[in-house]
Amino acid sequence: MQRMRLLGPVGFVVMALVVAACGGDSTDTTTAGGAGCGVDELELVQPGVLTVATGEPAFPPWVIDDDPTNQEGFEAAVAYAVATQLGFTPEQVTWVRTGFDEAVAPGPKDFDFNLQQYSITAERDEVVDFSIPYYVTDQALVAFADSPVTSASTVADLKGFTLGAQIGTTSLDYIEEVIQPDTAPPVYDTNSDAKSALDAGQVDALVFDLPTAFFITAVEMPDTTIVGVLEASEAQADRFGLLFADGSPLVDCVNGALEALEADGTLDALAEQWLASEGEIKTITR
Amino acid sequence: MVLISTLSTVVFVGVAVWAVLSSETWPRVREQFFSARHFQEVWPAVLSGFWLDVQMFVVAEVLILAAALIVAAARSLRGPVFFPIRTLAVVYVDLVRGIPLLLMILVLGFGIPALDIPGVPRSALFWGVTALVISYTAYTAEIYRAGIESVHESQRMSAQSLGLTQVQSLRHVLVPQAVRNVVPALLSSFVSLQKDVALVFVLGVREGVREAQIYNARTFNYTGYIAATLLFLAVSIPVARFTDWYGQRVRRRRQAMSS
Repeated sequence: MQRMRLLGPVGFVVMALVVAACGGDSTDTTTAGGAGCGVDELELVQPGVLTVATGEPAFPPWVIDDDPTNQEGFEAAVAYAVATQLGFTPEQVTWVRTGFDEAVAPGPKDFDFNLQQYSITAERDEVVDFSIPYYVTDQALVAFADSPVTSASTVADLKGFTLGAQIGTTSLDYIEEVIQPDTAPPVYDTNSDAKSALDAGQVDALVFDLPTAFFITAVEMPDTTIVGVLEASEAQADRFGLLFADGSPLVDCVNGALEALEADGTLDALAEQWLASEGEIKTITR
Repeated sequence: MVLISTLSTVVFVGVAVWAVLSSETWPRVREQFFSARHFQEVWPAVLSGFWLDVQMFVVAEVLILAAALIVAAARSLRGPVFFPIRTLAVVYVDLVRGIPLLLMILVLGFGIPALDIPGVPRSALFWGVTALVISYTAYTAEIYRAGIESVHESQRMSAQSLGLTQVQSLRHVLVPQAVRNVVPALLSSFVSLQKDVALVFVLGVREGVREAQIYNARTFNYTGYIAATLLFLAVSIPVARFTDWYGQRVRRRRQAMSS
């Protein structure tokens, strides 16, 4: 009796670990050259199908109507362009949803790659793999059009204001490392929460990547405005990369596809189509 | 007996530790969850965030204990005159207990300041703590009520036959006995609140768990969560032990009295 009770939970733990170990055991470093990148040769999560992950929910202008299968929105379009370049038909692309941090938790992944504006950083690269960047963006400051913060022209002018951003973003890093405001920036789970806080008067301004800032000020909160683009050094530029499980054998092939899309102007055209900007915006200098 | 339980514990822990350490993914998990380097880096932020958790907890708990007692007392008033007060208390408890705490925090925290009413505070911290107080008051009122109802009816009657009013008999006779009966339950709700204060992070408040999340989102390393867990345990385990000890003491005293 005693022994049975003991073995129950231990057996369970062992089993769970064995399952986990088997699932994560895909770290073979096959060097995929041009020849190894055929649809049949790729080591996919689901054979014959490219499984792409994005956020839950996914926001415009990255994915329109929270439905990436309509291929509308910049990231949805990029995913399909990469898939086509690799030789998949649009029907061979399936979508899964992951939370922002859920995608990077240890353990097996249920996607081939994940895109939801992941900024490429050296720290993150230790835990996951990134593709070469598919988009490089600036950070922009958004506030209500009648807010005193709109008169700011340098980063130093922003110190006295309460500035907020979404968790895990280059926007937040920019506030904490470059602006260093007197009040520690409030940090939100999503851009929607950040917008609620702006609406509630709990923050004076928010920092977003520029395309998101355009969408918010033009469509979602028309009484807000882009105060300016925040000047950044080359090292602080925000590069979005496709995220893979660490050691994924797909990285080289996908990078090859991205290079081709960069070279033939597809990426620029898609950015032009989905992330186009209008009007003159001032730069807030450092 | 002691030998068998010691041996069984050693074997159990040994097998569990061996199973974890010999797993192929363990080195990876260790680096992502138990990294000394990351721990050092994230600790100051998590600690200062946790200090805010403690402050929120103390302020909220004091308000809850007072407000809940008023609600419970209102609910136990007898007689037709007090019908509206009783009903109000019942409606409050039913309504509030039906609303998930997280929704309450979001609705009060983002909703009320957005109404832009002059003189009403906008602070996320203020509304977060208010939501905790409103929610926990309903649960705690039920604990008090259970305590008041556990006091024998003869106590209430004797108090009234001595000429005490309802409020006086609640104050001097029923509530003191009721509170003594429910101290363990109250302490257990303390532990629960002590963890739930972290939920105000959804409003952007930088408490301990949020600081750990910020670090995790930046580095994709989870050690900050372990740091936060340790801090929460450091507070909740002593309270849990104290609750057990106190509960036993109350039981022993009762047995001593009845024998």
